[in-house]
Amino acid sequence: MFRRLPSADGGAPSLRVTVDGVPVALRPGETVAAALFLAGHKAGRTTPVTGSPRGPYCMMGVCFDCLVEIDGEGNRQACMVEAREGMVVMRQMGARALDDKKASSC
Amino acid sequence: MTERFDIAIVGAGPAGMAASLEAKMHGLSAVVLDEQPRPGGQIYRRADARDARLEAALGAEYAHGMALTEKFLAAGVAYRPNTTLWDLSPELRLSILRDGRAGEIDASHVVLATGAMERPVPVRGWTLPGVMSVGAAQILLKTTGAVPDKPPVLAGSGPLLYLLAAQYLAAGVPVRALVETQPRANYWDAAPHLLSALWQRKLLLKGAAMLRALRAHGVKRWQGASNLAVEGNEACTALTFDAGGTRERIETELVLLHEGVIPNVHVTMAINCAHDWDATQLCWRPRLDAWGATSVEGVSVAGDGGGIWGAEAAEHTGRIASLGAAERLGKISADARDRAAASSRASLGRLRGARRFLDLLYKPAKGQRQPPDDVIVCRCEEVTAGTLRQVARIGAIGLTQAKTYTRCGMGPCQGRMCGPTVAALVADTRKMPEASVPPYRPRAPYKPVTIGALAASVGTETPTDASIGAH
Repeated sequence: MFRRLPSADGGAPSLRVTVDGVPVALRPGETVAAALFLAGHKAGRTTPVTGSPRGPYCMMGVCFDCLVEIDGEGNRQACMVEAREGMVVMRQMGARALDDKKASSC
Repeated sequence: MTERFDIAIVGAGPAGMAASLEAKMHGLSAVVLDEQPRPGGQIYRRADARDARLEAALGAEYAHGMALTEKFLAAGVAYRPNTTLWDLSPELRLSILRDGRAGEIDASHVVLATGAMERPVPVRGWTLPGVMSVGAAQILLKTTGAVPDKPPVLAGSGPLLYLLAAQYLAAGVPVRALVETQPRANYWDAAPHLLSALWQRKLLLKGAAMLRALRAHGVKRWQGASNLAVEGNEACTALTFDAGGTRERIETELVLLHEGVIPNVHVTMAINCAHDWDATQLCWRPRLDAWGATSVEGVSVAGDGGGIWGAEAAEHTGRIASLGAAERLGKISADARDRAAASSRASLGRLRGARRFLDLLYKPAKGQRQPPDDVIVCRCEEVTAGTLRQVARIGAIGLTQAKTYTRCGMGPCQGRMCGPTVAALVADTRKMPEASVPPYRPRAPYKPVTIGALAASVGTETPTDASIGAH
């Protein structure tokens, strides 16, 4: 759905993240939502209510339709999180998973 | 640990940055909190990166934002990016969330510079992947230099529609079509205000240049369009609409929607500030005095959060709010305050005159705010317009009742995306003015907070990853 304009400095994106296991290269300051789009995904999740596919809508933290799992933590706003080297992003299908082991330890 | 400042400014857009520079000049200790990782707000998003290629496509105003952002970063104001405000108490204690930890800041004065959000555009199919707001696509352009790989359709009403189209064209990206929904009657309502807009020649010339660019590139424009619907099962495949007496259909993978912007009043509503209904901009805005002070002692609003006047006006209201705070806290005399504010006041008068023309010209059509029964209004809980009309008929007189009956507004966005539409539907169904429909009453936390973040802040041995409270 989106592609990158060639950059002014010609430098290649240096950060590596994975989206559903597939590597994506980003520049510092770019968000996880951008990674989703550049990886070719239109949707980053399905809804807990009806299982409908959704993608980022507002890109500024208002709509919460970009919720994904980042480094094992569900319900993160992809548009509000800057990518970091080695980040593991998973699209979130339905309600986020509760980690029973962690939840029961407290 | 609780930090203490004379003035806490929430938001690092043009209003917040200008407010902090003015506060510092008058000897106030200031802190600026911002949810985003970089300063600039949405209008000057990523202006700190100074990408020459983007600068050319985005235009002179963005270049101004780059300069302001640079000045802000060099001024030595305490600046906390990645910081979310989730509660503001009557004692002006700000509860914040930063890097997964909760914290607190005490302030003698608070300036809310939380800006605007795009008005939700609930047309059929607007929840499909491949449908985004025009502002969202512009953020992708500013932050990532990302552009549509196939020509998009831009639909709705407002200057941002032409601006993004012109920016795409300047970057060599083709645009499929503009589908404009402002009713033709708007031209007559706006015409008497053209004269005051003429004082803003720059603005009108910019508008004319954008329209010329669209013509030069042969971009098809549809006007007076209505009954918009996005087609598709798993994602957007086409946009259909009525125009000129026929049903039109344009195949596209990306539809960008826009119906203007509205103040982000989540926090001012939550702390119970008095608000007024703006019947032209069709939104609530906090009631402010001449210094941006709300009805809550010690809390001011600067920028578009107090009414949509644009980025240039936001710098002036930011400055004025800080001058008001400096006088209130005894740092400057009322005379000095008034003198320092004079030039900003003069500029504001000019800018607001031009705004009225734009507001009337691009006022959203009724159909763009009140969709047919089968369309989802609350994106989080997937509540349709039909359900909301039904509960309005059987007794929901405001948003709180509609929420109790249907769960609308109970998802993670906390009613930000459905509130304006639910209010319009309740008002229309019950034949009452929108101004008399009680809005949602947001509560803290203003954004979801995890139990782990709260536990981390009190320094107990509780495992910080036991985050079970997000939704």
